[in-house]
Amino acid sequence: MNRSVEYLLRRLGFYALAAWVAITLNFLIPRMMPGDPAQIMFARFKGEMSPAAIAALRETFGITDAPIWQQYFTYLRHLLSGDLGVSVSNFPEPVVSVIATGLSWSIFLAGSALIISFLVGTSLGALAAWRRGGLLDSITPPLLALLGAFPYFWMAMLALFIFGFGLGWFPLWHAYPEGTSPGLNLPFLLGALYHAALPAATMVIASLGGWMLAMRNTMVGILGSDYITYARARGLAPRRVLIRYAARNALLPNITGFGMALGFVLGGALLTEIIFSYPGQGYLLIQAVRAQDYPLMQGLFLTITLAVLGANWLVDIVTLMLDPRTRR
Amino acid sequence: MNPALLFRQMIANRKARAGMIIFGLFAVVSLVGPWLVQDPTAFTAVPHQPPSWDNWFGTTGQGQDVFAQTIVGTRVTLAVGCATGFLVVLLGAVVGGIAGYLGGRTDNLLSLLINVFLVMPGLPLMVVLAAWLPPGPMTILSVLVLTGWAWNARVLRAQTLSLAQRDFVLAAKVSGESTLRIVTAEILPNMLSLMTSSFIGATIYAIGAQVGLEFLGLGDISKVTWGTNLYWASNDSALLLGSWWTFVPTGVCIALLGFGLTLINFGVDEIANPQLATESRWVRKLKSRATADGSTPVVEGGVK
Repeated sequence: MNRSVEYLLRRLGFYALAAWVAITLNFLIPRMMPGDPAQIMFARFKGEMSPAAIAALRETFGITDAPIWQQYFTYLRHLLSGDLGVSVSNFPEPVVSVIATGLSWSIFLAGSALIISFLVGTSLGALAAWRRGGLLDSITPPLLALLGAFPYFWMAMLALFIFGFGLGWFPLWHAYPEGTSPGLNLPFLLGALYHAALPAATMVIASLGGWMLAMRNTMVGILGSDYITYARARGLAPRRVLIRYAARNALLPNITGFGMALGFVLGGALLTEIIFSYPGQGYLLIQAVRAQDYPLMQGLFLTITLAVLGANWLVDIVTLMLDPRTRR
Repeated sequence: MNPALLFRQMIANRKARAGMIIFGLFAVVSLVGPWLVQDPTAFTAVPHQPPSWDNWFGTTGQGQDVFAQTIVGTRVTLAVGCATGFLVVLLGAVVGGIAGYLGGRTDNLLSLLINVFLVMPGLPLMVVLAAWLPPGPMTILSVLVLTGWAWNARVLRAQTLSLAQRDFVLAAKVSGESTLRIVTAEILPNMLSLMTSSFIGATIYAIGAQVGLEFLGLGDISKVTWGTNLYWASNDSALLLGSWWTFVPTGVCIALLGFGLTLINFGVDEIANPQLATESRWVRKLKSRATADGSTPVVEGGVK
């Protein structure tokens, strides 16, 4: 037990370091760019915002004439008190509250897509390895390789075009139907599921292949090992051998991949949300880019990075609980 | 293995040859294409027209010729993709190679750096960087290199680490060869196929990420590239107006190029790892099915 606490603390230290790098990059990027960051940041809003408002923004963002290390500590102090500055395009709403509105939608969409694709992908991979050379095993890899050659966001566009625009099966934008109010009522919940279905489906299809291939390859290795042969020789039911003996052990490396996939899924989800006009982090990000809302952009970068780091640590904990070898 | 030998083997390999033909076609188009088609930015025809004899791929929302845009867009997209792929592998080889060869504290430090960059989500970082830098192909290139090098560094570090422990490298050390000679004459030639497939993988990644960033409006939208073509298609609400021809050709081109590069990579893998070639199950499966359809086997499913 002691060893595992030590391991988790070491991982936590690593993520803390990564978080610090992200935070520092966030501070350095505007200051490394050619020209005065405040000029770039507020150039578009010169006419629309009062000089006093701009001065206040400079202050919260720490872009002052003070020496750089002093700016850095001002920035860190604001960050620790949860102050990411003020969103320029939603002035005077703070960045934190703008981000909060989109966070739950992103977690709902990306989270459900990730879980579905993990479950379906690993099951299919296990089956493909079990019936090696069978129909599933020989048709899906080339099909998925072909699908994988298309850029993900382009597939999402095509899906929206065919199923949303052409056939009219799915809504074209937003996360819930107009006229329903967010809350625990049936029309809203059903509507939200309906709106998430197509974007989630494109994400599942795009990421399914990775899970499937990874699971298939570990399964093939495990099915060749002696204890499986022994289990078969004992005459255990094939289903029992497949699920309890082989698939259970093959899952472990895949769960480690789960953490890595989180980054990709959140990244992919940004594009999905943009194409389906789904009001999550990605949609906010693209709006921030289009409006040149730099404080919002950087706030989103930090939030997404910290979310990915936190999720990775959770995966470390889960792996530790599932795999006794890491505990020793 | 020297580069000339690897190239000869790639030509001899069926998959790699097919992939190189596809890639070569795109390379030729990117070189001479822009001189053969009309000006892709000229407003020549009625906007939002489906494919016809005058405009093979139809027209955009601004009355530009989609075929010309697709052809001309190949040049910048391919050039940025290949250059990024090369730089990513170069940076990865330098960092990974130093970490793997020197080991010890240097390795710990560099590995930490690699892992930090690996765990950070790439796309948001790319977006923030590209938004601050002045828009253009050079910005896209540097952003992609900065966010993409870590994966290759990790792969190449592992390979260097395993090579550095092999007997022939130890023998070279004992016989008093200089570090430079060991790295260039003993280790690098053995990493050639890995670096080739890393380069191709990085180029595929670079093309996809570049098109994605430009699609988001982070490129120079006055330049004609595949990414900006898609940006304009979405900006002119191609989806809502039903003008599929403004985004389908570009997507198919990206997929075709990506597929060609993947084929080359399969070929390189087979050359580096000859077991794979004899084990190509799909082909055998297809062959066996073809014969099974022709003549009904007597003992269908009799065994097993």
